[in-house]
Amino acid sequence: MIANIPYIAAMAMVVIGIYACVFRRNLIKVILGVALIESGANMFLITLGYRGLGSIAPIYTNAPATGNMTLPIPQALTLTSIVIGVAVLALMISFAVSYYKKTGTLDTRKGVLKE
Amino acid sequence: MMFMDWILHNAPVLILALPLLAAFATPLVGKLGKWPRNVFVVSVAVIVEALVIYLASDVIANGMHTYVFGAASGILLPSGYSVPVRIIFQVDAMSVFMAIISATVTLAGIVYSWAFVTDKQGQSKYYTLLLMMAVGMFGMEFTGDLFNMFVFLEILSIASCALVAFRISFSESSEGALKYMVVSAVGALFVLIAIALLYGQYNVLNLAAVGSAIQFTALDKIALVLLVSAFAMKCGAVPMHMWTPDAYSAAPAPITMVLVSASQASMYALFRIAFTLYGVSMNTGAVGWFIIILGVLSMFIGVTMALPQKDIKRLMAYHAISQSGYMLLGVGVGLATLGSSAFNEYGLTAMKGGIFHIINHAMYKGLLFLTAGAIYYRLNTRNLNKMGGLGHTMKWTAAFFIIGALAIAGIPPFNGFASKVLIYESVFRFSPLLSIIAMLVSVLTLASFVKVFHSAFMGPRLPEYEGVAKEVPWPMFVAMALLAAIVVAMGLFPNLIVDNLVTPAAQALAGRADYLNAVMGGA
Repeated sequence: MIANIPYIAAMAMVVIGIYACVFRRNLIKVILGVALIESGANMFLITLGYRGLGSIAPIYTNAPATGNMTLPIPQALTLTSIVIGVAVLALMISFAVSYYKKTGTLDTRKGVLKE
Repeated sequence: MMFMDWILHNAPVLILALPLLAAFATPLVGKLGKWPRNVFVVSVAVIVEALVIYLASDVIANGMHTYVFGAASGILLPSGYSVPVRIIFQVDAMSVFMAIISATVTLAGIVYSWAFVTDKQGQSKYYTLLLMMAVGMFGMEFTGDLFNMFVFLEILSIASCALVAFRISFSESSEGALKYMVVSAVGALFVLIAIALLYGQYNVLNLAAVGSAIQFTALDKIALVLLVSAFAMKCGAVPMHMWTPDAYSAAPAPITMVLVSASQASMYALFRIAFTLYGVSMNTGAVGWFIIILGVLSMFIGVTMALPQKDIKRLMAYHAISQSGYMLLGVGVGLATLGSSAFNEYGLTAMKGGIFHIINHAMYKGLLFLTAGAIYYRLNTRNLNKMGGLGHTMKWTAAFFIIGALAIAGIPPFNGFASKVLIYESVFRFSPLLSIIAMLVSVLTLASFVKVFHSAFMGPRLPEYEGVAKEVPWPMFVAMALLAAIVVAMGLFPNLIVDNLVTPAAQALAGRADYLNAVMGGA
């Protein structure tokens, strides 16, 4: 059970993020929801690398004399995903700023676009 | 011929590398002026198109290409499957079929943009992003690696969202772009979680390696649900279609055309996942029916939502949803009958119809969006109620519009007819009701486009557009003429396309074992 806690935490983050995306009307909260889903996905990936209990992070200087090092693939995937995530979040926030400038609100129900 | 062999061997990666490097070189070339930059971008697009056609001719004649990155020399993997940690491009007939569409649409979009994009700022960035979109599409179509597919999906999403908001001073741009971006980001993260689920079980990311090991456990089912829903969301199938009209109508017209092709790249990913990754290991009947129902809903709801629209590009965007329903229907019937005797009787024909409709749709819908862009370019409005009498002065645009409208409605001798007949005939044997719905949707499509033609091009000249409503500049004319010529040619000689491009593509999609064996070595 204790080994499953990271998986549960990652999936809980994803679910909270989806909830925020679907039910929140404030654009910043929607974007935060996307960020939460992303963090959950990244955490899930990292956790997958540690399936064999007792392995340590794949850092060369940290290498143990005996024992296992974690497979670095999930870490590489996570790095890529974080980099992509930064670009996505920056782009979304810039759209939100532009939307706010045009409508004076971040609420998608209240925003009336000016011609 | 050494050089040509080298080109052919490296074509899968050159098709990506060339636009990728050109994309980042474009702002530098842009310093030289507008003409050198435009010539540069157009020539890159032409070279890529030539490479794609060269690769396609070889793939269809000699079979699949497997390109292994980082191999010492030549192809390493097909014989000895020793190192699963490699990035692989796997190009089969379906991939090149999609790549031909992407390359042609990108070329037409770039030529059209030459005249269409007259904004003071950001022209070089516009072309950079447009080439990045092409990279994202080619990458999704060529890759044989699941994580790579996610990366290219994100490249495609970011580039297309930035382009949807290209005219950020317009009020609806940021709203459409934000909507598209949220949908794309959530969809892509679903794909990532699904990939992680598969990786957690099989410890490989290679599509063929996962495909040959797949057990269809409960976790695989969850991954399937995530992948299918994410890609269906990205290709704009009802009920996940709400972003399509906003994003399509906010984007500049040539971008809308490329967006249609980008949605089709997601649809390709959906088919690739369903047929190659899972294939007969899953319950193909249930997933096939799911895709069929998505298709029928998209067809019917798309067209009924299109009928009352007053904004010409919004109307066409709803038709784009409706037409993608035909592709889902055709290929869904193929999936539902996969592995049974019915597949050879009519399932394969339905798949051919669906796949043929992909290329037809990209061409005629692109043409229609370009004519809408031409009207907008001259009149500065997308409101159908404010248009009228354009047939007097914009004769060529009117002619191109008629070609596109008749093609989308499935009237012979245009290309939409050829693929729709394939779909009607084969789907009728699967379930007559679906075929009848498909025909009804065609009729409604025609009705809707008759309305558009009437309100935009017929009637007396309007005094407020006197002297404004002229024929479009030549680059826009060339782009529209290119697509119109393809539409007419494919409508007149559908056999050539079906025999040489569509049938190999349908067989490649259905032939799962070939795709897996090319990497796993005949296991």
